[in-house]
Amino acid sequence: MSPALTVARREFSAYFATPVATVFIVIFLVLSGALTFTLGGFFGRGQADLIPFFSFIPWLFLFLVPALTMRLWAEERRLGTIELLLTLPITAAQAVVGKFLAAWAFCAVALLLTFPLVLTVNLLGEPDNGVILTGYLGCLLVAGAYLAIGSAISAVTRNQVIAFVLAVAVCFLFAAAGSPVVTEFLSSKLPALAELARAVSVSERINGFTRGVISAKDFIFFASFIGFWLFVNAVILEHKKAD
Amino acid sequence: MTASNQKDGLIEIEGLTKRFGGFTAVDDVSFSVQRGEVVGFLGPNGAGKSTTMRMLAGFMLPSEGTARICGEDVVQRPVAAKRQLGFLPEGAPTYPEMSVADFLAFCARIRGFSGAEGRARVDHAMALTQLEGVRLQPIETLSKGFKRRVGLAQALLHSPPVLVLDEPTDGLDPNQKHEVRELIRAMAPEKAIIISTHILEEVAAICTRVIVIAQGRVLADATPAALVADGRSMEEVFRSLTLGAGA
Repeated sequence: MSPALTVARREFSAYFATPVATVFIVIFLVLSGALTFTLGGFFGRGQADLIPFFSFIPWLFLFLVPALTMRLWAEERRLGTIELLLTLPITAAQAVVGKFLAAWAFCAVALLLTFPLVLTVNLLGEPDNGVILTGYLGCLLVAGAYLAIGSAISAVTRNQVIAFVLAVAVCFLFAAAGSPVVTEFLSSKLPALAELARAVSVSERINGFTRGVISAKDFIFFASFIGFWLFVNAVILEHKKAD
Repeated sequence: MTASNQKDGLIEIEGLTKRFGGFTAVDDVSFSVQRGEVVGFLGPNGAGKSTTMRMLAGFMLPSEGTARICGEDVVQRPVAAKRQLGFLPEGAPTYPEMSVADFLAFCARIRGFSGAEGRARVDHAMALTQLEGVRLQPIETLSKGFKRRVGLAQALLHSPPVLVLDEPTDGLDPNQKHEVRELIRAMAPEKAIIISTHILEEVAAICTRVIVIAQGRVLADATPAALVADGRSMEEVFRSLTLGAGA
């Protein structure tokens, strides 16, 4: 097993060694279900799809994903285990990728556990399951984007609360950048920035996926977005290993 | 310095310097350690012992100079250098929620030992450090002495030719200290070992060579016998060397 996967495996089981996993998954399932059925009007719409569900996921992840990433590096710094991890024969990049993969796999597990919704729409009607699949893929990519941001920010501090709050703030920037409020404000004041804001918006990118459209552009966006933040993470580690 | 200047040192430190802003923590430290040597690294708190060891282990980048472990440069080829090294960081940090066996298995896998060989390595390391009795306990439930030994087991797991141990006997009771010293003595012939310590009798007990460091500079590099050759105690020598440097 490669060092990155070994790190990922340890990190993944660390989520389950503490109540973090249970708390996260229960809160995620309760909130996503509740929002879908109440605000999303899941039954009232009379349509066999998961659009209401998918529309809330990026906003839920905005708060929940930083809770997963806040401990990734901040805790290593606080416990001093960062000195152990980075003096094992691995590169900083392998450690960064390993931790990211563990958190991403955890998000995938949380998303998989929402399967009763898929069963429900299939029982009540005849949904396009391909669209549901691409919707889930979009959610996973949004989770990856937020995870990469949160992980990089966790490497800056030894305080988990600071890591959480900063990560929510930065993720919010990328979530809100594409919202009408922001783009309309910017296009009236700074048209050049409005285009940029729309281009870097994470929440904007998921719309194609929830409609069943997978475009190479969106994939490249998420891949480079995640790659960029993981690179930032590795650079921060290399330069701030020992505080 | 006689034999230690030869090229075949397992640890070679050349002009190692570390500055934090305007403060120089380690100032142009050079020495090399041969197979079979146990070097005791002495100095007051804040003298630069841990910083030197961290640079040697590839955790901190030197501001100037470099070090080689078995010929592998810690700056140019850090992963290759770390493979040859068993490192016990200061305070012996470990993942508290993991069991002793899981933690050591993780370290073994990272070092490329899996399956039966990985298990054999973990068992051997636990036997060396007498951890078999607590193998399934979460590390956070262990006493300070056990935690230190888990850190030590992790450093010995891959039978590295070079050991760098930052205060390996800190927090151990006298019996455990004795066991760890016996372990180091037994391993010494095949390895190059650096240990830092505040316990001066430990130096006389296991070290073949003493390096005294204060304010980042090497003040003495000799055998324990040579240091106390003038009839003073090790403590007197240590005080006169390090307090002299501070004045």
